[in-house]
Amino acid sequence: MAPLLQVDNLTIRFPRAEPVGNLSFEIEQGETLAIVGESGSGKSLTALALMQLLPRAAKIANGHITFGGRDLTKLDAREMRHLRGREIAMIFQEPMTSLNPVMTIGRQIGEVLKVHEKLSGKAARERAIELLRLVRIPAPEKRVDDYPHQLSGGMRQRVMIAIAVACKPKLLIADEPTTALDVTIQAQVLDLLDTLRRELQMAVVLITHDLGVVAQWADKVVVMYAGRKVEQALPGDLFNDPLHPYTRGLLAASPRLKHDFHYRDGALTEIPGSIVSAVGEAGCPFRPRCNQARASCSHHVPQLIVPAADRLVACPFTTSLKAVPHAAALSL
Amino acid sequence: MPALLRIARTLRRTLLQAIPTVLGIVILNFFLLQLAPGDAADVMAGEAGSATAESMAALRSRFGLDNPVLVQLGHYLNNLAHFSLGFSPRYGMPVADLIAQRLPGTLTLMALALTIAILLGVVLGSLMASFAGRIPDRLLSIFSLLFYSIPSFWIGLMLIVFFSVKLGWLPSGGAGTIGSRLTGVPAILDKARYMVLPATSLALFYVAIYARLTRASMLEVKNQDFVRTAYAKGLTPFGVTARHILRNALIPITTMAGMHIGGMLGGAVVVETVYSWPGLGRLAFEAVMGRDFTVLLGILLLSSLLVIIANAAVDIIHAWLDPRIGAR
Amino acid sequence: MSTTDVGNFRSLVAEREATAEPEAAAATAAANGPAWSNMKAPDARSQQSAAVAVTNGRRALKVFLSNPNALFGTGFLVFVILVALTAPILYPDDPLSMVGRPFLWPGQNSAYPLGTDSLGRDVLAGILHGSRISLFVGLMATALGLTFGVLVGSTAGYFGGWIDDLLVRLIEIFQTLPSFVLLVVLVAIAQPSATTVTLAIAVISWPTVARLTRAEFRAIREKDFVMAARSLGYGHARIIFREILPNALPPIIVTSSVMVATAILMESALSFMGLGDPNVVSWGSMIGTGRELVRTAWYLTALPGLAIVFTVLALNLIGDGLNDALNPRFSQDR
Repeated sequence: MAPLLQVDNLTIRFPRAEPVGNLSFEIEQGETLAIVGESGSGKSLTALALMQLLPRAAKIANGHITFGGRDLTKLDAREMRHLRGREIAMIFQEPMTSLNPVMTIGRQIGEVLKVHEKLSGKAARERAIELLRLVRIPAPEKRVDDYPHQLSGGMRQRVMIAIAVACKPKLLIADEPTTALDVTIQAQVLDLLDTLRRELQMAVVLITHDLGVVAQWADKVVVMYAGRKVEQALPGDLFNDPLHPYTRGLLAASPRLKHDFHYRDGALTEIPGSIVSAVGEAGCPFRPRCNQARASCSHHVPQLIVPAADRLVACPFTTSLKAVPHAAALSL
Repeated sequence: MPALLRIARTLRRTLLQAIPTVLGIVILNFFLLQLAPGDAADVMAGEAGSATAESMAALRSRFGLDNPVLVQLGHYLNNLAHFSLGFSPRYGMPVADLIAQRLPGTLTLMALALTIAILLGVVLGSLMASFAGRIPDRLLSIFSLLFYSIPSFWIGLMLIVFFSVKLGWLPSGGAGTIGSRLTGVPAILDKARYMVLPATSLALFYVAIYARLTRASMLEVKNQDFVRTAYAKGLTPFGVTARHILRNALIPITTMAGMHIGGMLGGAVVVETVYSWPGLGRLAFEAVMGRDFTVLLGILLLSSLLVIIANAAVDIIHAWLDPRIGAR
Repeated sequence: MSTTDVGNFRSLVAEREATAEPEAAAATAAANGPAWSNMKAPDARSQQSAAVAVTNGRRALKVFLSNPNALFGTGFLVFVILVALTAPILYPDDPLSMVGRPFLWPGQNSAYPLGTDSLGRDVLAGILHGSRISLFVGLMATALGLTFGVLVGSTAGYFGGWIDDLLVRLIEIFQTLPSFVLLVVLVAIAQPSATTVTLAIAVISWPTVARLTRAEFRAIREKDFVMAARSLGYGHARIIFREILPNALPPIIVTSSVMVATAILMESALSFMGLGDPNVVSWGSMIGTGRELVRTAWYLTALPGLAIVFTVLALNLIGDGLNDALNPRFSQDR
């Protein structure tokens, strides 16, 4: 069976930059794919590209996004609107500003139902109350008439989730859904997302820079650096045996995982330099920050290779035992 | 209803704040009246041609003009408390009645002008915002700046030249066809024909302001996260603008509309003299010409009250548009 | 009628920005992660001082000079000023005196290129001389209004407390009174002359400046360099005029050009209504006299009106250019 969403060689270009290059990944129905990377790695732009909501200056220069057998990059505005909110939904990083301050949350939830399911005002309100209950908001009959400023950040993000799942989408894109929230609320919101994923049989693209989130909730992980996929693996494999130097750096810098993995005894480290150093570099984008860089790294962008089953990595000098070229792997 | 509660709370606060302002204006008004050269008795005597000292004194004592200042202030305040703005010897009627006669004319004119200004301004401003930086925006920006620079009395006269003198489409002044016996819809249409030019002259300046303000406001709202959320819901660009951007962008515009009521009243004074429109402005002009300061200051006081009422109305609209206000 | 609304708009915007700025700074600091919040953001803001205001001024001048609209406005204003200065040389005779046959249309007689009015007065001479009173009233009223407004606004904003409460009440009273109606009352009571008209326009225009200055002062008062000046024991006057005022100037400068435009419009409206100085020809009074003949000789109304429109437009273009130059956040939308 074809995957629900397949991204092939996606390249996003600004007039003077290429924030996402040759990115490919796929998601099966009901699966959670985590895209991990630091700010500026192109993960949010990738999410917006899936929604076809890129900023005006950004263009999809190359590649295909196939969703349910249709190439989203070829749909016209009307067809795409038909999918947004109904089959593909998205929640954003900032619950404080992502809701309209002058509209009750009930009407904001109801709006998406009115647009896609042509519900009447009354029916939409009923459904909004149900949805508020679904996202575990207490006293939904009262809350439905509240304005966003009357709710806490966690509650607002639940409202955002209610809006996103209102039409039972097949794919939910969550762009850093918990970054702006208190640590105690983060787990609750992610648990809710995961429960809803199972109940509604949605696939979830979870965009995050938090490896703790990945370890707990993802089925599959894509690590991005400077707009490129540098590693892909199942979470267990990734944490037990990270292959790309960047992934290793990320794990070493991540405090929450240390009791689980073999970094437990080492001190927390940070990756020297910043992602800005990748701009305008030929060759491997991570080379300026990599402690294993060799002269050949600056010649060309490393190909993705398949070091083991269900794994991809974009570094030829990885410590893995068996390396098979990417092209050969695809034919398997 | 929480919305009603919010509005009631806002209204109470606004009215409480208005009290010292009203008092200040009343006292200022009284002293301006004292400063006025000559008094109504002088003017009447001058008009009558001859007046003896005795008849002048009689006139003065009849209108209480010979009392000490503080006593007169007391009288003035007492009269105001009874909704009396004094008596205009010239018109031979109470100032309050005189103003009440003319007020509806001015209010209609202002309401129409404000409606035109806001509708046209918001539409033009939205257009400018959606073409920001491109040719239509630049052209409209220059036009709005031009409208902004045209004196309303002059554009009024130019409109008369063009639409009444050259084309003969619209009447050049007055408030209705004299002696017409029209009733119902035709009467309203007849009145409307007389209002088009004055209201347009008054509105153009404000069209420019609202267009510029709407543009700035929409551009600011457009970049906010909830607009992206609205697009992600699958709304059409029109739906996003109408349901999400506009209402948020309207909040600063209502504030401005309130601030303009006073300015518009001033504009009405000039425009009414151009079109011989029977309103407060025309009355003010006549009062200036006749040096009838009781009437003039009555108008000043009443129009200040009008501004305060308008501000209260704006606060209410504000509280209705923006749910965050009552919460503070 | 154009009263002080334009100024109000700008002051509203400035006030909003003044209050929004700390929040915005806090928001960017938060967005950039905790590592930043204590180091860079406050540091960068506290660097602002009188010296920085001067270099900012130089940069702003560059922006202003690269704006074609603003340059056009400046050019036209300089032209009007030159006209006002040379009018008595070009047309030494009283423009109110009769020189030719009445009702000559523009172009009919090359001695009177813009024609003559019903009394045979030269329209061109009137327009050239009229620029004098417009500019005089516009500039003087603005200077007076600015001085008084800045004094009141800085006092209220700097000291706060009951002085602020009192002055805010006063400002509020003047902003509630419909300004043009008040202007008419003042001029009618004081008897129209160039001086009384100027004073009366200053009386109605200071509250806008005061409000704006107060908002700026309240925002700047809390900044680090002012705190530093206080801790050095500088006197109030020095802090107000040397430390805060230079940084509060940009919005005040923008407003002042619009104030001149507004004052010119007001003067013309007063003269149009017969409340101008009766001994001086002004654009407004020319329109006022031409008005009776608008059906037959509309050029008598149109020409002085165009003079007003272009002069005011030039000032508004300058104001827009200044706004773009001095207020970068607001101009990035363009």
